[in-house]
Amino acid sequence: MENLDNQKRRLFLQKIMQGVGYGAFGIIAWSSYLSQSQAKSIFLRPPGALSEKKFVSTCIRSGMCVQACPYDALKLSTISDNISIGTPYFIPREEACHLCPDIPCANACPTQALDLQSFIADNKSSINNARMGLATINTATCLAYLGLQCTMCIRACPLADTAIVLHSERNPRTDMHAFLKPVVVPDYCTGCGMCERACPTKVASIRVLPLSISSGDIGEHYIVGWRDEDEGRLDNVSTDVTLERTKRNEKSALDNVNDTDGILKGLYDE
Amino acid sequence: MMSNFLYRHRYYISRRLLQITILTLYFGANAYGWKIAVGDLSSSLIFNFIPLSDPFATLQMFFAGAIIATDVLIGVGIILFIYGVIGGRFFCSWVCPVNIITETALWLRRVLNLQEKENAIAFSKNIRYWVIIVSLGLSFIFSLTAFDMISPIGIAHRGIIFGFGFGWFFLLAIFLFDLFSQRYGWCGHICPLGGFNAIIGKYSLVKVVHDKERCLYSMECFKVCPEIQVLDMVGKKSKAITGAECIKCGHCIEVCPNDAFKVSIVSLAEQIKG
Repeated sequence: MENLDNQKRRLFLQKIMQGVGYGAFGIIAWSSYLSQSQAKSIFLRPPGALSEKKFVSTCIRSGMCVQACPYDALKLSTISDNISIGTPYFIPREEACHLCPDIPCANACPTQALDLQSFIADNKSSINNARMGLATINTATCLAYLGLQCTMCIRACPLADTAIVLHSERNPRTDMHAFLKPVVVPDYCTGCGMCERACPTKVASIRVLPLSISSGDIGEHYIVGWRDEDEGRLDNVSTDVTLERTKRNEKSALDNVNDTDGILKGLYDE
Repeated sequence: MMSNFLYRHRYYISRRLLQITILTLYFGANAYGWKIAVGDLSSSLIFNFIPLSDPFATLQMFFAGAIIATDVLIGVGIILFIYGVIGGRFFCSWVCPVNIITETALWLRRVLNLQEKENAIAFSKNIRYWVIIVSLGLSFIFSLTAFDMISPIGIAHRGIIFGFGFGWFFLLAIFLFDLFSQRYGWCGHICPLGGFNAIIGKYSLVKVVHDKERCLYSMECFKVCPEIQVLDMVGKKSKAITGAECIKCGHCIEVCPNDAFKVSIVSLAEQIKG
């Protein structure tokens, strides 16, 4: 009888440990997939998307933005896309964002993961306030930088002459032509990707990268002296700075080398 | 003969029709711009007016630290009401596309006589409730909706509406798991959405009721029922099937040779009394 009870207890404990084993295996596999999904890969979110971390937790994966997009630019990621599964993205080279003035995608979003508030600046809502990414130009392959008169990107740009401007420069190679170099103005670029879609080189020479990758930040420690608001930051800086110096060792270097009372002393004791 | 076949499979056929209709409406919304049901099973908009949202996904979003929009909360409220009246696992057998896969596996298991084989590992029917807790925990840790990231339900319905990628492979894995490893393994043991819906619909008004007087002890219902544990009263007592895990698939009603089961509305007081 006692033996039977013992056997039962063993079986019971074994079952529990089996459960723990399967549970641990499952949770580890699941967790590693989740953390893998947070690895940064380069793709563009629809206009108005919250910061990536917030977006992933707020997006309910309804796909309503994808359905609302009149140009079928938006796609919903699948398990093989290396993007948090079921969330919207677009690839400019295939179809760029057309910057619809009525923003159907963000209006369709039930959870405000595409935030309508983000389009408001100066009390006016405009799709031009969207910041999906920033166009960056590879000057080594851009036809205009090679000397051809291309202008494809600026013609495609919905904010031509604002978000992309042309700089004309003398071409010293021929000495009789001008470069018409496109330059992206980060303050106005919406990241819609129209330029990337239009670029005639085999792989686009102007590419939209997510802001987390392409945007810089000047930081607090530089002051642009010729901008009044930046220079103004210096007004309230306190000037009485006290420096704390580490006290110098009063012994000479030789004393330290031949140290028998100092740090090495302990070694010889006992 | 034919009408007899239709009658004997009336619930099965209605369920498949509803599942396919719902997916077709979603598909049409994406492909042709229909406005009847826009979105997918996580969150959608019916007739451009009524919002619906999955309560479990929303709870995960809450744990992930997201701010829940009003539309979503209204959608959750509507779903909770519907599940509270007709039963949460109604979703599992009448709407969820994975049900088609797992029930096919269940049927094949029966046809190929696999179900009587001894299982190497017997999964507990309560794993799903633990998976709910783990889902919420992982949602909190990784601040994303943990179960929706791996949900085969999401993979299946989004796959049909928006395109699969490699998602179909996951569905194949579930089919094989259900066919060879565990009887009704995914839906009946692991799926936390099913568990969550079961909790919501525990005291739903619509129930299948068993009549002991008519029972012939043929055991046909036990052969087909995907959640056998809810049939504990069969042949012993005339009462409603109050087990929360009943998916209301109507299989028992169809196979019973003497109509010992029927659908009925059972008041809360009656359910608690037992």
